[in-house]
Amino acid sequence: MSRLSIISPNQAQTVVENLYKDVERRIIASPPGICPVDISNTFLKLCHAQTCGKCVPCRVGLTQLTALIDDVLEGNATIETIDLIEKTARVIKNSADCAIGYEAADMVLKGVLGFRDDYIEHIVNKRCLFNIYQPVPCVSLCPAGVDIPGYIALISEGRYADAVRLIRKDNPFPTTCALVCEHPCEARCRRNMIDDSVNIRALKRFAVDHSGYVPAPENMESTGKNVAIIGGGPSGLSAAYYLSLMGHHVEVFEKLEKLGGMLRYGIPSYRLPRERLQEDIDCILSTGVTVHTGIEIGKDIKMSQLKEDFDCIYISIGAHQDKKIGIEGENKRGVISAVEMLRNIGNGTLPDFTKKRVIVVGGGNVAMDCTRSAKRLGAESVICVYRRRRVDMTALPDEVDGAISEGCEIMCLQAPIRISGDEDGNVTALWVQPQIAGDIDKSGRPRPAKADAEPIRLSCDIVIAAVGQGTEIRPFEEFGVKVKRGTIDTLSDNEITNIDGIFAGGDCVTGPATVIRAIAAGKVAAANIDEYLGFRHEIKTDVDIPDPRLGHKPACGRMNTSERTAGERNSDFNLIECGLTTEEAMQESRRCLRCDHYGYGIFKGGRVKKW
Amino acid sequence: MVKLTIDNIPVEVPENTTILDAARMNGVDIPSLCYLKDINEIAACRVCIVEVEGVDQLVSSCNNHVKEGMVIHTNSPKVREARKVNVELILSQHNVNCAACIRGGNCTLQKIANDLGIIDVPYKKIIPNRLWSHRAILKRDASKCIKCMRCVQICDKVQTLGVWDIEGTGARTTVDISHNRRIMDSDCALCGQCVTHCPVGALYVRDDTDEFFNALADSEKVVVAQVAPAVRNAWGEAFGLKPEEATAGRIVAALKRIGVDYVFDTDFSADLTIMEEGNELLERLGKGENYPMFTSCCPGWVRFMKSQYPDMVDCLSTSKSPQQMFGAVIKTHYAKLMGIDPKKIYLVSIMPCMAKKKEATLPTMNDAETGRDVDLVLTTREFIRVVKEEHIVVDKLKELPFDDPIGVSTGAGVIFGTTGGVMEAALRTASAVVEGHNPEPDAFKSIRGCEGIREAEFKIGNTVLNVAAASGLGNARKLIEDVRSGRKHYDFVEIMACPGGCSGGGGQPIKDGSELAYERSKALYNIDKTAHIRFSHENPLIKKLYDDFLDKPLSPIAEKLLHTDHNGWDMPLASELFEKE
Repeated sequence: MSRLSIISPNQAQTVVENLYKDVERRIIASPPGICPVDISNTFLKLCHAQTCGKCVPCRVGLTQLTALIDDVLEGNATIETIDLIEKTARVIKNSADCAIGYEAADMVLKGVLGFRDDYIEHIVNKRCLFNIYQPVPCVSLCPAGVDIPGYIALISEGRYADAVRLIRKDNPFPTTCALVCEHPCEARCRRNMIDDSVNIRALKRFAVDHSGYVPAPENMESTGKNVAIIGGGPSGLSAAYYLSLMGHHVEVFEKLEKLGGMLRYGIPSYRLPRERLQEDIDCILSTGVTVHTGIEIGKDIKMSQLKEDFDCIYISIGAHQDKKIGIEGENKRGVISAVEMLRNIGNGTLPDFTKKRVIVVGGGNVAMDCTRSAKRLGAESVICVYRRRRVDMTALPDEVDGAISEGCEIMCLQAPIRISGDEDGNVTALWVQPQIAGDIDKSGRPRPAKADAEPIRLSCDIVIAAVGQGTEIRPFEEFGVKVKRGTIDTLSDNEITNIDGIFAGGDCVTGPATVIRAIAAGKVAAANIDEYLGFRHEIKTDVDIPDPRLGHKPACGRMNTSERTAGERNSDFNLIECGLTTEEAMQESRRCLRCDHYGYGIFKGGRVKKW
Repeated sequence: MVKLTIDNIPVEVPENTTILDAARMNGVDIPSLCYLKDINEIAACRVCIVEVEGVDQLVSSCNNHVKEGMVIHTNSPKVREARKVNVELILSQHNVNCAACIRGGNCTLQKIANDLGIIDVPYKKIIPNRLWSHRAILKRDASKCIKCMRCVQICDKVQTLGVWDIEGTGARTTVDISHNRRIMDSDCALCGQCVTHCPVGALYVRDDTDEFFNALADSEKVVVAQVAPAVRNAWGEAFGLKPEEATAGRIVAALKRIGVDYVFDTDFSADLTIMEEGNELLERLGKGENYPMFTSCCPGWVRFMKSQYPDMVDCLSTSKSPQQMFGAVIKTHYAKLMGIDPKKIYLVSIMPCMAKKKEATLPTMNDAETGRDVDLVLTTREFIRVVKEEHIVVDKLKELPFDDPIGVSTGAGVIFGTTGGVMEAALRTASAVVEGHNPEPDAFKSIRGCEGIREAEFKIGNTVLNVAAASGLGNARKLIEDVRSGRKHYDFVEIMACPGGCSGGGGQPIKDGSELAYERSKALYNIDKTAHIRFSHENPLIKKLYDDFLDKPLSPIAEKLLHTDHNGWDMPLASELFEKE
C-alpha cells in the first residue's frame, strides 16, 4: 500500500465533468417564461444530489422539501404547505452544517418569497401563472425583434441583399448594428445546448459587407400628416424611417452639425467607420425625410412652435450631457469629459495627446472608447481606473481585452478621490483610494468598500471622466413634458402621459443604453405615432425565408471575427474588426438551429411577419 | 416540379409541397395525429415522421417540404420504431378508456394505435388531472388531452377568439383557457369548433341525453321535439346513410319510436324568423339606424358580437333565432290550439350546435312564461347517441311526416342550415314585400359559396342593397373591422360562427380530417330546389299564424314573443376589452 498516490479521474468522473459543462450551457440557453416553481424544484434536486449525507437538515430536509414542492406542482398541496416549505427551508438554512445545505435552502426561501403568487396559483387553481411566451430566443432578446433565424437562413443561401431587406423590416441600421450592436440576441442562443451561441453579429456584418447597395422599399401613399422628430440619433432616425415609409411627412431637427447622434459623436470610428454609418443614414434619408441640422429646440425654435406646425412630435434627444466624477480638483485644466472628447473626435477635431499621460475614469463601454481613442491620439500611457473589479465592468469583455492588447492599462478596485494640479491649474495627478470587493449589491456585483490601504498618487496630464451621461431636458420640461429622475417619463408605447401628440424614446427616456434599444424605441414610436395619427400601416417585407436544412447539427466551434494586430491598429482610427470569410460565414450560418421552425417557434409567437 | 422517391415509388410533385402531401397524393398514407392542414402544422406528435436518406434525424413530414432527389422511407425500421414508441408515450399519458369514451370508435389516437398494432404500453401511466367547471357546456377532460394544440390553433387562427392557450411549462405543459381564466368567465362563443377538431375525447359538449330520457319517462310531460335544418343532412353520416336516405322523415320516425309525442320542423320557425327579420330590415332601411343590420339567429355569433364589439350589439337584428321563436309560439298559440297546458310541454331541440344549449337558458328566453321556452337542446351527435342507445335500425325506418298543426315548411327555411341561407331567404321575402310579387327563387343565389366572406349587390324596388355573408368568426371579425374603419358599407350582413354555417356546426358529427360543411350544404340546396314552396311568406301555416294570432310582422305580440333584447343578459368581455375597463 502506497503512503500517497496520485488521484486520476476515472471514466465516470470524466463523463460527469462533461455533463456539468453540458448543464451549464443548457442553463445559459434556458428560455424565458419557465414555471419558477418547477425550475427551482429541479435545481433543488441537483443540490440534493450534491449532499454528502452526513447531516440531517440537508439529507432529510432537502428530500422533504422536494416532496412538498412536488405536491404543489401536482396540485396535491394546501395553502398550509407553503408555510411548511418556508419553515423547513428556514430550519435548513439556519442549521445545516455546510453551504451545500444552507445555500440550497436559501434558494427555496428566495422562491417562496419571490414567486409566492405562483405557488398559490398551483395550489388553488392547479395551474401556473407562467408560460413560454417567446420561443425564438434570439428574436425575443433583440429589443427590435429582428428576424434573426430568417436572415441567417438567407445568408446561408447567399441571399445577402434579401437578408438586409429582412433586417430593415425591424431595424433600419443594419450596417451600424453589424459593427457595434451589443448582440443581446446571442445570450440565450439555443445552440449553447450543443456547443456555443451562433455569432449573429458577425453574420450580419457579413451580410451588409456583401449585399451591395440595397434600396429602401417604396413609401406608402402619402397621408398628408407631419411628424417632427427632435434628435437625429438612432432612435429618431429609426422612427423617421418607418414613419416616412408609412407615408407621413417627417422632419428631423438635430442640434449638432451632422446626423447620427451617439453613433457619430460617441462611438469612435475604429469601431464604426463614418462611411459605414453614412450607408444607413443615406438609406433612411432616401425615403424622403427632411433634415434640419444645427437647430436647437428651445433656442432656435420653440417647442410650442413645433407643436403648432406638426401633427405629432417624437423626442429622441439622447443623453449627451456629461456627468461629473464629483471629486476635488475636477475643474483643473486637463480634466475633460468623455462626451466632450468623443464629440470632438466625431466632428473631426482630434485632440493631441502626444506624450501625454492619460487616465480614464469609468468602467463602461464609453470608458473603453475613451481609453482606446486616447491611445490612438498619441498618449504616452493610458490607464483606465475603475472602482470595482474587472469582471464587474459593464464594458464588453472584448473591448477591455482590446484596450489591454493595444497597450492600455486597467487599474481595478481604485476609487478616484481627488485631482491635484500645479500652480497654473494644470492636472498633475489623480489620487485614488484602493478598494476591496465587499457585499453583493442588487446588480449582483460586489460593492466596493474602502480598503485598509493608503491612497495612491497616479501622475498624469489628462483625466477623462467617463462616468455616465444625462439628458438636457430643460426646454422640454419647461414646455410641460413630465420628467422622472432626469429622464422623460413615458408610457410603454412611448407616449407622454400629460400632453397629447408627443412621444419620446431612446436614451432620453431610458438613460444611456444601447444602440439597439434606441432603434427599438424608434420602431415602437413609429407604430404608435401611426396609430395616433389614425392609421394602421403595416411594415412588412416580401422576402421569403428559405426552408431549414434537415437533420442533426453536430457540434461545431463558433467562429469569431479577427482583428487587425494590436500594434498596427493602436495608432489609427481605422476599423479594427475584420469580417468573416465566406467559408467562415457559411459554416457559422449553418450552425443556426432554426428555432423559428424547430420547436415551439413553429407553433406560437415564432415569426412576426408584419407590425 | 420536384422529383423524388417515396417508398421506392418515383413521384413528381409541385415545389413547396410537404412530404406528407406528396406521399398522400401518390397513394402512400403516412399516419398523422396533431396535423390539421393549414391550421396546425407544428410537428408536435412526431407520428408523421419519415426517414430521408442522407439525413440522420427523422423528419416530420407535415411541415417539411420535398426537395429534388429526396429518397424517403415512410416505414423503415427506424421510423417504425420511433412512430410506435411515440404513440406509446402519448398513450402513457392518455386516460385510455375507449369503451366508455365519448369518442370511442371515432378517435384518431385509437385508430393509429390499433393500426400500429399496439396492444401493450411498456410505460408507467402518468395521467394528468385538471379542474373543470361542472356546469360548463364545453367540457375538457385533461386526462384525455394529447396536447396536439389543434384547439388552440382553431380558436386563434379560424375563430380569432384565443380562448385556449398553453398553460404551464415543462413536463406539466397542458392546454387551458387563456389568461388564466375559467371557461365560465371567458369570452368563448361556444361555437364548438375546438370540439369538432379535437382528435380524441378531451374536448366534448356536455351530454344531456339523460335529461331527455327522464323527460320521456315523465308521464306528466308532453315531449315535443323540433329538428333544425342542418341536422337532416348530417345525422345519417353516423349510420352510413346516403344524404338522400337520411331524410327528415326518418328523423321524425326515429323520434316517434323513442317516444316523443310531437315532432315539428324548425324550418317552420325559420320561415317565421324571415317574416320578422325581413320586415325589420325594411324598417331599418327606412330609418337608417343601427346599421348595418346583422342577423342574430346564430347564438355563437351573438356571443361573439357581445364580447368583442359590445358597442355594436344594437346592430344585431332583434328577431329571435328559429329555435327560440319556435319555443315561444309552441308554448303559447299552439299549446292552446292543441289543448295542452303549456307548462306540461317539454320542448327538445335537435340542433347542430353547442351554443344553442346556452341560448335556451338565457334569462330573456322565457316569453311564454313557463320557465323556459326551450327546455332542452340536444346536438346532432347527442341525437345520434340517443338513436344508437335505442338500437333503432335507421335504414328500416318508415318515413313519417312532421306533425300537424305545423307540418309545412319551405325551401327558404331549409337553407338556414348553410352560410348565406338566411340572407337568401330573407331577401326572397323582402323583395316580394317591396315589389309586390315574388322574385325568381334563385335571384339571390350569388350570395352562396364557400369563401369565408361573400358580398353581393341586389336591387329591391328602387333600393340598392349591399349585403354580405360571412362564416367563421375570424371572417366575421375581418368584416366588422372593415365596417368599423369605413372601408366597407353594407345594409344587411349574415354571420354564422362556424365555417360553412350550421352544416359545419360544433354539434355535428365529427369526421377527423374532413371539413364536411360544404358537402352537407349541397344537400340542403337540393332540398330547397325541389321544395314545393320556396318563399317563407308563402308558407300557408305562417300566413295562418299571423291571421289567427300574431297579426302581422313586428306587431306588439310578435315583438313580445319573437323578438329579444340582446342587452338583457351579460357576456364576459374579450380579455383586452376587459383589461381596458
